[in-house]
Amino acid sequence: MSPPLTLSRRLALSLPLAAAAIRPAMAKTRVELMNVSYDPTRELYRRLNPAFAAQPAVAAEFDVAVRMSHGGSGAQARSVIDGLDADVVTLALAHDIDAIAAAGRLAKGWQARPPDNSSPYTSTIVFLVRKGNPKKIRDWDDLVRPGIQVITPNPKTSGGARWNFLAAYAAALDKAGGNDAQARAFMKRLFQNVPVLDTGARGATLTFTRRGIGDVLLAWENEAFLAMQEDAKGGFEIVVPPASILAEPPVAVVDQVVDRRGTRKAAQAYLEFLYTPEGQEICARNFYRPRSKAVAEAFGKVFPQLTLFTIEERFGGWTRAHDTYFADGAIFDQVYQPGG
Amino acid sequence: MTARGRDGALARRMLIGLAVVVAGIVLGMPLAIVLVEAFARGPAAYLAALADQDTLDAIRLTVLVALCSVTVTTVFGVAAAWCIARFDFRGRSLLLTVIDLPFSVSPVIAGLVQVLLFGRRGWLGPFLETYDIRIVFALPGIVLATVFVTLPFVARELIPLMQEQGAEEEEAALSLGASGWQTFWRVTLPNIRFALLTGVLLANARAMGEFGAVSVVSGHIRGATNTMPLQVEILFNDYQIEAAFAVASVLALLALVTLGLKLALERHQSGTHANEERPT
Repeated sequence: MSPPLTLSRRLALSLPLAAAAIRPAMAKTRVELMNVSYDPTRELYRRLNPAFAAQPAVAAEFDVAVRMSHGGSGAQARSVIDGLDADVVTLALAHDIDAIAAAGRLAKGWQARPPDNSSPYTSTIVFLVRKGNPKKIRDWDDLVRPGIQVITPNPKTSGGARWNFLAAYAAALDKAGGNDAQARAFMKRLFQNVPVLDTGARGATLTFTRRGIGDVLLAWENEAFLAMQEDAKGGFEIVVPPASILAEPPVAVVDQVVDRRGTRKAAQAYLEFLYTPEGQEICARNFYRPRSKAVAEAFGKVFPQLTLFTIEERFGGWTRAHDTYFADGAIFDQVYQPGG
Repeated sequence: MTARGRDGALARRMLIGLAVVVAGIVLGMPLAIVLVEAFARGPAAYLAALADQDTLDAIRLTVLVALCSVTVTTVFGVAAAWCIARFDFRGRSLLLTVIDLPFSVSPVIAGLVQVLLFGRRGWLGPFLETYDIRIVFALPGIVLATVFVTLPFVARELIPLMQEQGAEEEEAALSLGASGWQTFWRVTLPNIRFALLTGVLLANARAMGEFGAVSVVSGHIRGATNTMPLQVEILFNDYQIEAAFAVASVLALLALVTLGLKLALERHQSGTHANEERPT
């Protein structure tokens, strides 16, 4: 229920040593890892966790149970900062883990530790439209046409919404030849077409699919695939714009928690598992784009080709993007007027 | 006279009809939808949804939290009502206002306050961290948040009753040589027992159904800190709509049982009153 008490924690710490002294090579340590994640990864980690626990190398040493907590990426980061004891965080964007690092819970250089910017899987932002694409939505500038209703969550609380915002902004910059004022006018028109801002990606998806609101949902590619899969009637289709952002949801071990609980080894093995061929394949099966070239080739038919740009290329990284677009009074606040 | 009487009867019928229609739309239909959706895939799927380990953990946690918080609320409620009904002291009206605070403060604020007090960066955070004590994102925080929202229920039921009853019987007991505890157990408690039970039932219903305050302090750890209302939301967002409604139907059932018990109590109470008042 509550995290283990001091005594059991001490036991957990001393158990491997004691066991090694008494019964060498026999004892398995019981480890409970907590993974604090964002909204759309529910189905992904439900499949990754048992596969990790069943890995021969892991099962030989540990008896692992992974507990999950899901929510809006920003809100989850906030909880970890306020004391939620996550052994690992797997969030929607690097800025949220930066915030946890700034609060002293993990080392500042966290993103350089595991490979690929600490993102074992990637995704991009696509459009989910109603069957037959009645409003003929093909590209980003179709979103600002009068009479189109666009569903996207609130960038203040949702990581996915920030990727949505930046993908649209970059598209607007390209059309306007890199002119910021015109891009802002584009975003203003886009948000005039947004009837409701949900707090998280899953909420926005359900608004579009179950409540039937809107003509187009700006969604994580994995979330759009999942929504299609969950809809038995086949009422939706995915439109891939010619260009979109390469979303890199990062993962990290929370140093302060694993060092106190003595779970560093298991937590690290957990994140490393995400990069193994088996882990990568599970990611791909759940519609996350794998980093592994071999797995990506095997699933080549699933993921459409499009021009992908990174946040580093276009916006100079998350710290700058956050300050420019999402901080209080920044560009999002300027272009979005509730009820406007 | 007869015309006016007919008008009166017509108006009465229309008003009653209106009340029934509104109650049907606002209360009856949602309840019916919960049950219909819960059984959309048949009773076997319904039971399977409830037998899910995370859901069972949520039910267990909800019962545990309700037990803890209702106990606190009851002890506090009896003590506060006794103070307020029996004594006149400085700060009496302030205490009355404070008891009502949870009615006027949003439950989300109640949860946030816990985080600001007991969170890692809260006032007491460093102290708690030194001794490795977990309050928020664990059972104690959920209980504290629930206590906050249920605090007024018992006290508010008891205060008017105890004020009406007056202190004569207790004074008589004391003057006949009963001790304070004897007076409480033999005189005060029997006099307030029905109102007390009503308050406990209402507090329990609120404790089990609380979402906002618990949502803020829970941390949403599956199988560990999710209560039933949170589990309903999680299942709904997980595309497990039938399971969400199955858990919701159990919550609704608990509420209905609570209300049924309250109704039975009130019937019983008015019955005993009638007996007492009947001349012998």
